[in-house]
Amino acid sequence: MTEVIKVDHLNYQYEAQKELNEMALKDVSFTINKGEWVAIIGHNGSGKSTLSKNINGLLAPKSGEITVDGLVLSTETVWDIRRKIGIVFQNPDNQFVGATVEDDVAFGLENNGIERKEMQERVRDALERVDMWQFAAKEPARLSGGQKQRVAIAGIVALRPEVIILDESTSMLDPEGRDEVLSLIHQLKDERGLTIISITHDINEAASADKIMVMDGGQLVKQGTPAEIFALGEQLVDMGLDVPYPERLKAALKKRHFDIPDDYMTEEGMVDWLWQLNSTK
Amino acid sequence: MNKLILGRYIAGDSLIHRLDPRAKLVLSFYFVGIIFMANNWQSFSMLLIFTLGCILASKISLSFFLKGVRPLIWLIIFTVALQMLFSSGGQMYWHWGIFKISEFGVTNGLYIFCRFILIIFMSTLLTLSTAPLQLADAIESLLKPLKAIKFPVYEIALMLSIALRFVPTLMDETAKIMNAQRARGVNFGQGSLIKQMQSIIPLLIPLFVSSFNRAEDLAIAMESRGYQGGEGRTKYRVLKWQTTDTMAFVLFAVVTVALVYLKN
Ligand SMILES: Nc1ncnc2c1ncn2[C@@H]1O[C@H](COP(=O)(O)OP(=O)(O)OP(=O)(O)O)[C@@H](O)[C@H]1O
Ligand SMILES: [Mg+2]
Repeated sequence: MTEVIKVDHLNYQYEAQKELNEMALKDVSFTINKGEWVAIIGHNGSGKSTLSKNINGLLAPKSGEITVDGLVLSTETVWDIRRKIGIVFQNPDNQFVGATVEDDVAFGLENNGIERKEMQERVRDALERVDMWQFAAKEPARLSGGQKQRVAIAGIVALRPEVIILDESTSMLDPEGRDEVLSLIHQLKDERGLTIISITHDINEAASADKIMVMDGGQLVKQGTPAEIFALGEQLVDMGLDVPYPERLKAALKKRHFDIPDDYMTEEGMVDWLWQLNSTK
Repeated sequence: MNKLILGRYIAGDSLIHRLDPRAKLVLSFYFVGIIFMANNWQSFSMLLIFTLGCILASKISLSFFLKGVRPLIWLIIFTVALQMLFSSGGQMYWHWGIFKISEFGVTNGLYIFCRFILIIFMSTLLTLSTAPLQLADAIESLLKPLKAIKFPVYEIALMLSIALRFVPTLMDETAKIMNAQRARGVNFGQGSLIKQMQSIIPLLIPLFVSSFNRAEDLAIAMESRGYQGGEGRTKYRVLKWQTTDTMAFVLFAVVTVALVYLKN
């Protein structure tokens, strides 16, 4: 497996934090492999957004090194790196730059000086991919939040990135819009071999990731598979995080000396397992 | 509420709608200029007929144009009355102290009225038949030569288009804040003038704060999508000059010649 992102002893401090002697990121190190879906969880203010902005150079690290797809982040490489990493932000309205859907998708391409002919192809291709081509000439005011986020994704897909970071991209959407956007990202990931970093408060979404990273107070406190992370139980709760219901049930059953498999189970999986438990006894 | 600002544009597919926005912008300004050459009833009626012809070609109902006159009606009446009452010459119809109505006064008043109507109709035609974004594109394209003196044409154009794009968003936001403040007991549009002004403050402050937050988010989103100023950018939307646009210029030249011929 090749690694796309390597973060090495990253520290970051906001200007306003200097006097208070606080750090937004403290000695964060990790690697992410190509094609992985990584979820970052952690309560409000734990540094998740700060981390994502450091990765594509929107914020300049205080110390430490960031490598993306073999390029070490610096003032020379920052624009190349931004082409490799697309971020979908939380608020669908505040990242819609263009006056219409197609203009918005074209915005990133215009910035990169892509020739008009190719631009038209890529815009159409990206919009068809997210199923928004029929809205190409529409203004953002006429779109739902989920549709705007799909346009934002198209704007990034058009740039052909290696990595997509979702910074709570679905948190302002209704459950339907959320499922829509997530299944779209899953498809794109499979088709184009993308790497996905999803910052989320939705524990069920995190549960379906390949790997979970837990942030707390600017530090990366834990990383592992969902099963490993949820097995921490109480520890997560102490950090202000939720544990999915099946995991809580598992922990409670374990306390009562039931023999339960360790890997993560969805609610349905749990139900199936409970059935068998009764019939085999 | 959206109607108020953006709604001036009436979508359509007429000859006038399809003209290049640059042509429309330049010709509208040009027309306003040549109106001042007209100085007799022949020249004014020619211009009026021409303007009505343009309106007809746009397939937009005349009532929209009359609505354009309404906000200016007092200014028009005032100016016309001033001309009528204070200019003298020719046959005197009526006089009382310093006020008099003379032949010259009446014709002058009439001409000024015609000028107002022509200017309003033509500029209304421009804004009704051209989408705001197209106008922004036209302005960008026309200002391009100024790049030579380091005038930030791209940036201004981007600013214009972002401003246009955010008008409905901010309108929605205003409505939301108004409702939130009403729920807290603020009365909008009621009470004395001072009271009404005071009620604007709890509207403006949250609106400002949220606009700044939006602007910051937007700047971050733009930068993360590779925006680094106008240099080296390509354009997705381009304006295309067509033969009809050149024809429009020719038509205006003919009108100018006719005008020179008809005027005193
Ligand atoms: N512009 C800023 N200036 C100063 N401090 C900031 C700024 N932005 C964030 N911080 C601080 O940095 C820390 C990390 O913030 P960050 O936005 O990365 O958290 P987060 O994990 O993304 O939280 P959330 O879940 O609420 O999005 C917080 O303590 C926050 O107060
Ligand atoms: Mg955040």
